[in-house]
Amino acid sequence: MLGVLAVVLAGSLLFAAAFGAVALRPDDLLRMTANHLLGAHFAATWRPQDEAIFFAIRLPRVAGAAVVGAALASAGVLFQGLLRNPLADPYALGVSGGAALGGALGFLLSLSFTFLGFSPVPVLAFVGALLAMSLVYALARSGGRAPIVTLLLAGFAVSAIMGYAVSFLLILNDRLQLNLPRVYGWLLGGISVTQWSQLVLAMVMIAAAMAGGWLLRHSLDALSLGEESAQQLGVAVESDKRIVILLGSILTGAAVALGGLIGFVGLFAPHVTRVLVGPRHGLLLPAAALLGAAFLVLADLLARSILPPTEIPVGILTAFVGGPFFLWLLRRERRDYRL
Amino acid sequence: MSRLDLRAVSAGYVQPVLHDISLAAEAGEVVALIGPNGAGKSTLLRVAAGVLRPLSGQAWIDGVDLAALSPKQRAQRIAVVPQDAPLPTGLFVREMVGLGRTPYVRTLFGASAKDRAAVEWAISVAGIEPLADRFVDELSGGERQRVILARALAQQPQLLLLDEPTANLDLHHQVAMLELVRGLTREQDLTVLAAVHDLQLAALYCDRAALLHEGRLVSCGAPEAVLTAPLLERTFGQRVVLSAHPTHGVPLVALVPNGNARRVPSRET
Repeated sequence: MLGVLAVVLAGSLLFAAAFGAVALRPDDLLRMTANHLLGAHFAATWRPQDEAIFFAIRLPRVAGAAVVGAALASAGVLFQGLLRNPLADPYALGVSGGAALGGALGFLLSLSFTFLGFSPVPVLAFVGALLAMSLVYALARSGGRAPIVTLLLAGFAVSAIMGYAVSFLLILNDRLQLNLPRVYGWLLGGISVTQWSQLVLAMVMIAAAMAGGWLLRHSLDALSLGEESAQQLGVAVESDKRIVILLGSILTGAAVALGGLIGFVGLFAPHVTRVLVGPRHGLLLPAAALLGAAFLVLADLLARSILPPTEIPVGILTAFVGGPFFLWLLRRERRDYRL
Repeated sequence: MSRLDLRAVSAGYVQPVLHDISLAAEAGEVVALIGPNGAGKSTLLRVAAGVLRPLSGQAWIDGVDLAALSPKQRAQRIAVVPQDAPLPTGLFVREMVGLGRTPYVRTLFGASAKDRAAVEWAISVAGIEPLADRFVDELSGGERQRVILARALAQQPQLLLLDEPTANLDLHHQVAMLELVRGLTREQDLTVLAAVHDLQLAALYCDRAALLHEGRLVSCGAPEAVLTAPLLERTFGQRVVLSAHPTHGVPLVALVPNGNARRVPSRET
């Protein structure tokens, strides 16, 4: 199954990279990549500008979509596993609110610094996401424990407060001179990779967090039986909870920095994958990451090719395409759905 | 050295629930925890599992203070069959039993041959081979209980804690469950501490009974010594009559109605 999903992802990447204002041939793309990465010497059957388009524009874009999709899906698996709540997604613990507020402040303050290739908006969104999640954890914690229900409620409250703070900023836009369409577009999500260094940095963080999550697979499996049972099975529940929340924040924060607030991928990719490969996290985590990556690559392709030259925020597409599919799946699964 | 040794344990949450409990259980012994609702049976099991730290006193297993063990070390010695716990969808019975190996599996390489062998052993001991490839969420209550017992056995514990192991089971499954447990204590030298509501089952299958009332240990000893009419009446607040079991001679507890059942006034129509 992992192999099948990997092939699906590779196919999506190739297809999405070939498609665009300038059509490129998929076989050419493979040869370019082989020349570049493996030191192969295929004769150029393509124009030099094609190569530039591929390496400078297309590839970062589709690779960015894949990385963001994988990160959101993995974070979704981690949070659904930890919170044992089918509605949990990467934004469950206040991240969306924190990232939105951070990003909106980034637009508002019109700062002009770059940090490792990132402009102020993604940097502040990343910081906002981590701060919101830390705040939620701190609020939910009492007596050394952070009960799941309290975490969920604190996450909901923090997210709502920060979300409305963003709405307030948007209403004041006359006085603040915010560029409303740009802010809205960012809030709805859109993959934006302008430099390879951004992508590499995000990839390293995401890969490390995914590996960390995979090492916790046995704890996450045991947690699906409830905290008490997990404790009886030898899981150090509170410390593993902290680690999962930290890893999930890194995944989500990095995804938000590259793609804004893209909804739905992190909710539905874990569910679909659970139907495909079962609930055990050793397989679920990598499979969901592959599926989320392939899905977002294709959604991003649609986002930039439905109404050219207008780019539709990809968050709208993930909801429009993913939503009906998810509903169909829920109705098809006859068994009661529980985590 | 006792298998389980609770020494002057007081424990609870905000307010203490258990007061100054000293109780030991030996290898191969089945000890029933009896007492009315809210007497502290489940809390005592949580202390024995090492999940709840005593406020004062200590809990020892085979001469080691539970507080000194890591969660994994604890779970390699003590297994719990909880009364009810969430069941994930789409998990095969064999995978569910495999979760009992959580305290043993290697972080990087996962289950070893030894882990797999322990799982198959637990499946065969619990007699659930025919269920092994079914989904846990499709099983009946009795089957599920056996699967959870198998999961606990896969932990290869020295101490098995059962919380109402026969609740929701029919007559045959109640007997089957307790005979399985009884057999394990004899063959595997396992120690069992079980919270039991059914005094009849406690009398038939336990070596000793420990009677809890309002967080205190009222009486502990052979079932014949603990299950006496005055003691039960005082702790449960319910009149009972005791006789001898017709075939096995252990105490037979018969309820005596209180005569308080009233007719509900008929509704005016």
